[in-house]
Amino acid sequence: MKRIVLWFVSTLSAVVLLFSYRTSLSSAPATTTSVTTEKPVGSSAATSTTPSSATPTTTAAAPATSSTTRTVTGSEVETRYGPVEVQVTVAGRKITAVQVLEYPSGGRSDRINAIAVPELVSETVGAQSARIDMVSGATYTSNGYTSSLQSALDQVGL
Amino acid sequence: MSSTTLAPDRPTARYVAHVMNMPISLAMRGIHAFDAPGQRAWQRVIEELREVDRIFSTYRPDSSISQLGRGEIQLGDCPAVVREVLALGERARIESLGAFSIWRPLADGTLRLDPSGVVKGWATQRAAQHLAVLAHTDYCLSAGGDMTCRTLEPGAAPWRIGIEDPFDPARIRAVVPIGTGAVATSGGAHRGAHIYDGRRGTTPDRIASVTVVAESLAWADIDATAAFALGLDAPDWLRQRPGRSGVLVWADGRTETVAASGS
Repeated sequence: MKRIVLWFVSTLSAVVLLFSYRTSLSSAPATTTSVTTEKPVGSSAATSTTPSSATPTTTAAAPATSSTTRTVTGSEVETRYGPVEVQVTVAGRKITAVQVLEYPSGGRSDRINAIAVPELVSETVGAQSARIDMVSGATYTSNGYTSSLQSALDQVGL
Repeated sequence: MSSTTLAPDRPTARYVAHVMNMPISLAMRGIHAFDAPGQRAWQRVIEELREVDRIFSTYRPDSSISQLGRGEIQLGDCPAVVREVLALGERARIESLGAFSIWRPLADGTLRLDPSGVVKGWATQRAAQHLAVLAHTDYCLSAGGDMTCRTLEPGAAPWRIGIEDPFDPARIRAVVPIGTGAVATSGGAHRGAHIYDGRRGTTPDRIASVTVVAESLAWADIDATAAFALGLDAPDWLRQRPGRSGVLVWADGRTETVAASGS
């Protein structure tokens, strides 16, 4: 029950953040606004500074006067070479330019490290002390399963 | 956001079933980990994998893939997913410089259509979609040691994946923490020498096992199989694959880690 309350509160604060963000956008004078939509995937927990998924994807529907020109970065597109960000320039309510940004090599570290690298463990570390959740090995078959490490993990149940 | 209130040791629900002659292990954390919707999603995962087995198992003479391989039916007679898998296999062949092949030579010299190097990862990733619809629930779904994981909260503990020592299945050689992503391992253990180097027509023997980490399990599986087949060329090949990292255990016991390329 407590977990559900906390989830509700956090969702509520996310919604509040969302609305307060849009308010500040509409009252801003003609300046450049940069909003980055972070994809909440692929990152191992350790050093990620991914903002919460409450950060909105900005579209051309944001209210503004006709004299306001804004450049907005967002709408990340997944390509086979990795994520690519699209930069959109908006004048008033009209998109005047769309540009695909080069993904900078050596850029944001939370993106570069989005795919974790395996860390070797010393010979003396057993599975128990490694605190693992799942075992990856060259295809377990059902025949060998009962004596396997994975089976020991599956039975722990917690 | 109160992400820090999610304790790193949330209880983990465990489920196991046997499909395709493989143990399918599921670990779940979060709202639906233990309840009826979670269990229903797990049942759908198993059904999906059983359906894939009916279509693709080379051990079933009546599967679509077996009949197709013997020329008894046409591709048009097969479910659409067969085409999808074969197309993936062709792309894998090209990108692996021919090392990965969905044609396996039998003892008598004939070739048997065997896309199992593609099917396992592809099917497991598809089946995991039934878990993805569970709100606020994290999962790690493993089919015989190849797995796909999802973690929703940025602050939650990732899934810790142990990479088995190919010389001693009771030991762990490396650990990789995965929030959302996939891990697949290829090697000669457990199922014997079933991988074939499509370039040279030989059974690779330089690598004991290779583990690939990627966003997609279909591609982690393909790349692990391809890397195993590539043998000595595997590290260089893996390093130029976008968004993959991994670890190789050579037949002589040395290990080599591959970090993901930046672009």
